[in-house]
Amino acid sequence: MRTLKFLLQKEFRQIFRNKALLPLIVIAPIVQLLILPLAADYEVRNINLSIVDQDHSSMSRDLISKVTSSGYFKLADYSPSFDKAFRQVEDDRSDLILEIPPGFERNLIRENPQQLFVAINAVNGVKAGLGGSYLSQIIREYNNNIRQQWLPANKTTSLPAIEITNANWFNPHMSYYLFMVPGILAILVTIVGSYMCALNIVKEKELGTIEQINVTPVRKYQFILGKLIPFLVIGIFVFSAGLFGVARLVYGIIPVGNILLLYGFLVVYLVAILGLGLLISTFASTQQQAMSVAFFFIIIFMLMSGLFTPLDGMPHWAYIISQCNPVTYFIEVVRMIILKGSGPEDIKKHFLIMSGFGILLNVLAIWNYRKTG
Amino acid sequence: MKQFKAFVQKEFLHVFRDPKTLLMLFGVPVMLILLFGFALTNELKNSKIVICDFAHDEASRDITERLSAGGIFIVGQTISDYTKIEETFKAGNIKLAILFPAGLYDNLMHQHKAQVRIIADASDPNSAATLTGYATNIIMEYQRDLLKEAEMPMQIIPEIRMLYNPELKGATNFVPGVMALVLMLICVLMTSVSIVREKELGTMDILLASPVNPFLVIISKAIPYLFLSIINLIAILLLSTTLLDMPIRGSILLLLGESILLIITALSLGLLISNVVQSQQAAMLTSMMGMLVPTMLFTGFLFPIENMPVALQVISNIVPAKWYYTIVKAIMIKGLGIAAIWKETMVLAGMTILLLLISFKKFKRRLE
Amino acid sequence: MNEDVVIKTDKLTKRFGNFIATNEISFEVYAGEIFGFLGANGAGKTTAIKMLCGLLAPSSGQATIAGYDIYRQTEKIKQNIGYMSQKFSLYEDLTVMENIRFFGGIYGLKARELREKSIELVETLGLESESNKLVGSIPLGWKQKLAFSVAIIHQPKIVFLDEPTGGVDPITRRQFWDMIYRAADRGITIFVTTHYMDEAEYCNRISIMVDGSIRALDTPYKLKQQFAAQSMDEVFFELARGGKKAE
Repeated sequence: MRTLKFLLQKEFRQIFRNKALLPLIVIAPIVQLLILPLAADYEVRNINLSIVDQDHSSMSRDLISKVTSSGYFKLADYSPSFDKAFRQVEDDRSDLILEIPPGFERNLIRENPQQLFVAINAVNGVKAGLGGSYLSQIIREYNNNIRQQWLPANKTTSLPAIEITNANWFNPHMSYYLFMVPGILAILVTIVGSYMCALNIVKEKELGTIEQINVTPVRKYQFILGKLIPFLVIGIFVFSAGLFGVARLVYGIIPVGNILLLYGFLVVYLVAILGLGLLISTFASTQQQAMSVAFFFIIIFMLMSGLFTPLDGMPHWAYIISQCNPVTYFIEVVRMIILKGSGPEDIKKHFLIMSGFGILLNVLAIWNYRKTG
Repeated sequence: MKQFKAFVQKEFLHVFRDPKTLLMLFGVPVMLILLFGFALTNELKNSKIVICDFAHDEASRDITERLSAGGIFIVGQTISDYTKIEETFKAGNIKLAILFPAGLYDNLMHQHKAQVRIIADASDPNSAATLTGYATNIIMEYQRDLLKEAEMPMQIIPEIRMLYNPELKGATNFVPGVMALVLMLICVLMTSVSIVREKELGTMDILLASPVNPFLVIISKAIPYLFLSIINLIAILLLSTTLLDMPIRGSILLLLGESILLIITALSLGLLISNVVQSQQAAMLTSMMGMLVPTMLFTGFLFPIENMPVALQVISNIVPAKWYYTIVKAIMIKGLGIAAIWKETMVLAGMTILLLLISFKKFKRRLE
Repeated sequence: MNEDVVIKTDKLTKRFGNFIATNEISFEVYAGEIFGFLGANGAGKTTAIKMLCGLLAPSSGQATIAGYDIYRQTEKIKQNIGYMSQKFSLYEDLTVMENIRFFGGIYGLKARELREKSIELVETLGLESESNKLVGSIPLGWKQKLAFSVAIIHQPKIVFLDEPTGGVDPITRRQFWDMIYRAADRGITIFVTTHYMDEAEYCNRISIMVDGSIRALDTPYKLKQQFAAQSMDEVFFELARGGKKAE
């Protein structure tokens, strides 16, 4: 116990004395938490729209005002011809062309079917798909409106109509921040945990001080605990600063669920991810290697965690990878507890799996550490 | 010139004798292409939903069947207790609950009016909106089939054409972004680190003491990475055209030329960083934090720039990769020529000249 | 001289793949003596030291350090030895005092003992005004003297010094050897590797390693006689010339 005290004292002294590392631990996460959610907004709105109105009728104007007032589209310009509008798309000034052909109103009044031409810039497939379906929906509503307006009453009132109402639980204002902030918080904790921990140990290797420690009566487990505990504390600190500082004060996010449960899971997660840092440190002999290796893993972990893209859309093999990624479970749990107020029963599975990761990574790390030591 | 050749040769040896760095050089791009091309997508498939069916009639059964048929939804369970919905949401996994009230079909047929309620777990607002949209479409289709709407008068038929990417593949958007990311990553990170390493080890002084012009020494450090970046670029293009079926509709030469321009921009940025920092660790951190994160955020391939606050939109303009991304999309996907992208090209060229001027000036000051 | 054996090795061998770093080395070191462990670069000295300190498991052979077995009792060995390596091994980002207290602490010195020892140590080294400076900012010679003092802060039976005087000026080297003698007088056995042949003359006995094996072991005086040499330099050249790896 006394040995551990001395190890911890040394570790904290070194961390607080490191002028390069300290800002990285304290300032970088806060700045990232401030900027990332502002930038990481996937919501599809403001689709730039070019209109080619060759009918110039009251019906076409009516349709145009329905589309532009929907909130999804931003009128970029009126083009005289499709070709002119297409040039706007090529220059990225417009994403969607709506062409109303001549005779639009006349044809409809004669109760004939009438086509509308829509062309969408589909370089970004998601945006194009959503834009298309928003537009179709608006056109369909408009179609129903003019039917009610123009057709004899008996033809419309007797038709069955399903009224769809929807509700958005846990996030009624559909705020993207609510979704991103907890996720980014989870990533920051991951980076601090694995990256800093790996780097710190490899630095001792590089400088040779680890050898000095190895000839003293300090036990391996004491040394490892001496490394894990400070970063566990720092991880908890970063998480708390993010949760009670930035998330609360800047974004107004107040966790719905049990804070103790959240911290309980955080500790288990940190133990697992510190084990990963430890494992990386046993493979690397220079800080540069440790950085590269840690960077490689963190990129994969981050992309495959469901932070930015939904796991449900992944092909099966990728889904399996995402399920072997501890970050996935942590992000899920953080979002579940903060946003939905999920309880212990709900995260039992996550808890068991994370404990498994914790044991596996740490055992591997210690085993590998012994082998090389 | 002969000495210059010797220097370049030495730099190549450094790179090829370090397998871990090589892994980073070629492993990361391939991994990124594979992940972005295959694994990461904003599409939603196989999302689990629950049906809360109080109707148990023809309509509710038909709609449920249609919901589970499309591949978008997996109808996980059918519950008959409204209060259970919150529980299932809290346990995760379930994204949507659809409520059919009692007497759905009857109401529809006799009162010509019925309600269906869609409740989404909006903790992920984007998925919630998309899935609600899908479900709405499916229910509306049911209604249209019921109405035989197609036979109704005054039908407006939108003819939707998807330009450039009719299958709406995610790769079309990601690949140009990954190209920008990889070129920035390799050139900025690797050049700055390799120069700073020589500074740290003290071998830089030996090189500078040689009769070769000091500027050539610096340039010789950048050449292997220029070369490797071009190989990387070709590898990415091959991977994306063969594996991901990406088109290259415009001129390949123009694409390569523009890429080399970005590579030079990135190399000059790497040179600048290496002139300012003293340790490899600092070079790494500056390159990562100062380059990688902004490139990922502000290029526009991950997050739409037009959604960002104005201040961030302005900042995004100083990220070279943003301009390159626009250029690559124009050439590869839209098949446009130089006429459409000369402005972006000028911006990139201007940035490069500025960066080179600053870093040479800093370097000169250090020599004096 | 005390004839108690504190280090005893018997055919101690370390292989890395096909490469034999140390080949069946056998020797004894007696309590209180200064034992020089010489050899050219790459002769296998550092590997041997690492095995004796319990940093590296031997491939075969036997050894006991302070009466403890090198395979099974490494923890006991670590309680009884000190170690200072050629790579500088104090924490540069801790102060002089913090380093002393840290190493004293992990060697299990009691709080009071630790306080007295650290003050005494700083005084002996004449580092009073530097005690709150970072180790990284003090001159190399002082760092090495400090590292040596820290390595024996817990009064070990044996201290292993792996090229302790590399890179320092002759005056500092002289002072360093004074410290070694003082430690030996206090009954600490010194096991030292060095490149400097004049330092070899300071040792009670020396061994010379060539290509992983011990080629000679005796007092400096007897070795010079044996090889009919004027100085240790000549003895060393005579032996090392036969080695494959020597330059």
